[in-house]
Amino acid sequence: MSEDLKILDEVTNSDYKWGFVSNIESDNAPKGLNEDIVRFISLKKSEPEWLLQWRLKAFRHWLTMTEPKWPNVSYPEIDFQDIIYYSAPKKKPTLNSLDELDPEIKATFDKLGISLIEQQRLAGVAVDAVIDSVSVKTTFRETLAELGIIFCSFSEAVHDHPELIKKYLGSVVPYTDNFYAALNSAVFSDGSFCYIPKGVRCPMELSTYFRINSAGTGQFERTLIVAEEGAQVSYLEGCTAPMRDENQLHAAVVEIVSHTDANVKYSTVQNWYPGDKNGKGGIYNFVTKRGICLGDRAKISWTQVETGSAITWKYPSVILKGDYSIGEFYSVAVTNNMQQADTGTKMIHLGKNTRSVIVSKGISCGRSQNSYRGLVKIGKNASYARNFSQCDSLLIGDKCGAHTFPYLEVANKTAKVEHEATTSKVGEDQIFYCNQRGISTEDAVNLIVNGYCKEVFNQLPMEFAVEAQKLLSISLEGSVG
Amino acid sequence: MLSIKNLQAAVEGKQILNGLNFEVKPGEVHAIMGPNGSGKSTLASVLAGREEYEVSGGSVSFLGTDLLEMSPEDRARAGLFLAFQYPVEIPGVSNANFLKTAVNEIRKARGEEILDSKAFLKLMNEKMKLVEMDKAMTQRSVNEGFSGGEKKRNEIFQMAMLEPKLSILDETDSGLDIDALRIVSNGVNALRTPDRSFIVITHYQRLLDYIVPDFVHVLYKGRIVKSGTKDLALELEEKGYDWIKEEIAVGA
Ligand SMILES: Nc1ncnc2c1ncn2[C@@H]1O[C@H](COP(=O)(O)OP(=O)(O)OP(=O)(O)O)[C@@H](O)[C@H]1O
Ligand SMILES: [Mg+2]
Repeated sequence: MSEDLKILDEVTNSDYKWGFVSNIESDNAPKGLNEDIVRFISLKKSEPEWLLQWRLKAFRHWLTMTEPKWPNVSYPEIDFQDIIYYSAPKKKPTLNSLDELDPEIKATFDKLGISLIEQQRLAGVAVDAVIDSVSVKTTFRETLAELGIIFCSFSEAVHDHPELIKKYLGSVVPYTDNFYAALNSAVFSDGSFCYIPKGVRCPMELSTYFRINSAGTGQFERTLIVAEEGAQVSYLEGCTAPMRDENQLHAAVVEIVSHTDANVKYSTVQNWYPGDKNGKGGIYNFVTKRGICLGDRAKISWTQVETGSAITWKYPSVILKGDYSIGEFYSVAVTNNMQQADTGTKMIHLGKNTRSVIVSKGISCGRSQNSYRGLVKIGKNASYARNFSQCDSLLIGDKCGAHTFPYLEVANKTAKVEHEATTSKVGEDQIFYCNQRGISTEDAVNLIVNGYCKEVFNQLPMEFAVEAQKLLSISLEGSVG
Repeated sequence: MLSIKNLQAAVEGKQILNGLNFEVKPGEVHAIMGPNGSGKSTLASVLAGREEYEVSGGSVSFLGTDLLEMSPEDRARAGLFLAFQYPVEIPGVSNANFLKTAVNEIRKARGEEILDSKAFLKLMNEKMKLVEMDKAMTQRSVNEGFSGGEKKRNEIFQMAMLEPKLSILDETDSGLDIDALRIVSNGVNALRTPDRSFIVITHYQRLLDYIVPDFVHVLYKGRIVKSGTKDLALELEEKGYDWIKEEIAVGA
């Protein structure tokens, strides 16, 4: 028997250790991962039996899998037994006032123009309950409810709308999908659920703020968005994390279902702690994001601005099943210092006349490594499918790296696929030209890089675009000597 | 305004400026002519503070301060403007946005209030008229896809927006059609005041019919070898540079 199977066997055959349950009052699960932990999480969240079983299946499957090694990133082995998989929200403030906040974080908040109240919340100063793995900010809920829109935390949805969760959970990203998706399915803590009924156009941007708070707590969110026939929604995901010393694992799963004529736009600004200048600390971000255009003329659009994390491993994808369905991916990924990013998308064309657009802008500075990895797959029934990909890399300095890995699989002769790629450097000529007009080198780089990213920023909702630009400036700080 | 003494500069180890002396007083327009490769653009670049150009000797004082000690952006903020021989493209950055940043940086340095969007637009509309520039150009990315002539006109537009004290125009007339030449010249003339000065680098006497210089200089082998009035330009047009080269050979 192989080692894995032996472990699997041991785990699946061992009795559930009830003794553990006496600890149900504790805020954190003990470090490590086994079936008991999975049960603990499920119990903590008073989940129905079917969900527990689903988690357990995912966990057992995860045990048979190994960490993917193909991304162009390197990091020390993650000890999955050294992670806390559940921590309840802490009501106690970690700081008494903003004065106690790390001045570097404070400076970042100020540069981002975050209000003092919001800063207090983010920094974990008293005032509000600090948000951790559990719960989601659910604003404007009443207004939405009138339209039949459901926007709530995943846990709430499990209790209030079990039929929807049961129907869609894992329907786009099954737990068998990949190592991190399996892990997430087993131990996901919370996340968001969003449901737009038939013909409803969501009147506001739906946004959530996720944060990582407790040191050493893995973060496993689960987001599910369902847009019924003709529905429309724009969803924003943004996050920020405080400075910390320990590598933190983050493995989220996002699933989107877009029915006939539905339109889902998903925008992300990701700004997690990237580690210090030597690469110490920082978040490991291994995310599985996928949407499916189930019906004809359905549309899913991903826009992401990735500036944070020590390691980013993320490929928001679209399965274009319905005829005439549309998938879009707009991405800006910035890496500085020792950051590593391997990100891109997959566009899987199954339906006829399906269309996809990929615009990826990678920016590397410092000693960072930035890889684009994209798959365009045209199935044999996807007649007249079309894809256009534009993958640009911008280098700042000469110690960083940019890599492009485009994969193309075309099984239908009528399909049309175009790929363009460029690599450029922020030119000294451009910087000097700006200098000569009174613009400092730092501002010049910001201006040039923002110009370079414009196509992607144009896709973001207004306020988000502004935030993204500020983030970009902060990420680029010190990138030019 | 500007006082250059015995300026020596090299690029990539090659000596280009060889002890150049040059004086510009407020309100004056100086034309600099000279054969290809004589160092005209190099002089402009050194004055603007381009890093690759290494100053190995001499001094430059601008409005009473040591220009060579200043960063390129500080020189610009102090009122030095260079209309580039080859303007640079900045994709994705609109002309308007670029100029708004520039104008406000310069205003900040002068201790003036920052212009809000409305005031900026007003200023832009005013200056656009001056160089008869199309509104659409301000929304396009800086110089991207501009024709040669449009790029040059854009430089003068930027100059008009920034209202510098000393403007150096490096072959702004090259590539301009006859109408554009007139428009650009009118733009420059409109900016002429008793306290603003211009250094106009050109190969063609024709420009000097429009922008009438107070002095004409010949730059040759990194030195000003001859100076005169606008008649010198006419003489050069007629005879070329050989006679000057010969004069120097005899003198040496
Ligand atoms: N970056 C550089 N690297 C190497 N050589 C340079 C560089 N810049 C200028 N030179 C050289 O210095 C000399 C002077 O060049 P410069 O551009 O100043 O001439 P110019 O007088 O402006 O000529 P033109 O009338 O053709 O514009 C030329 O021989 C040129 O090749
Ligand atoms: Mg020249």
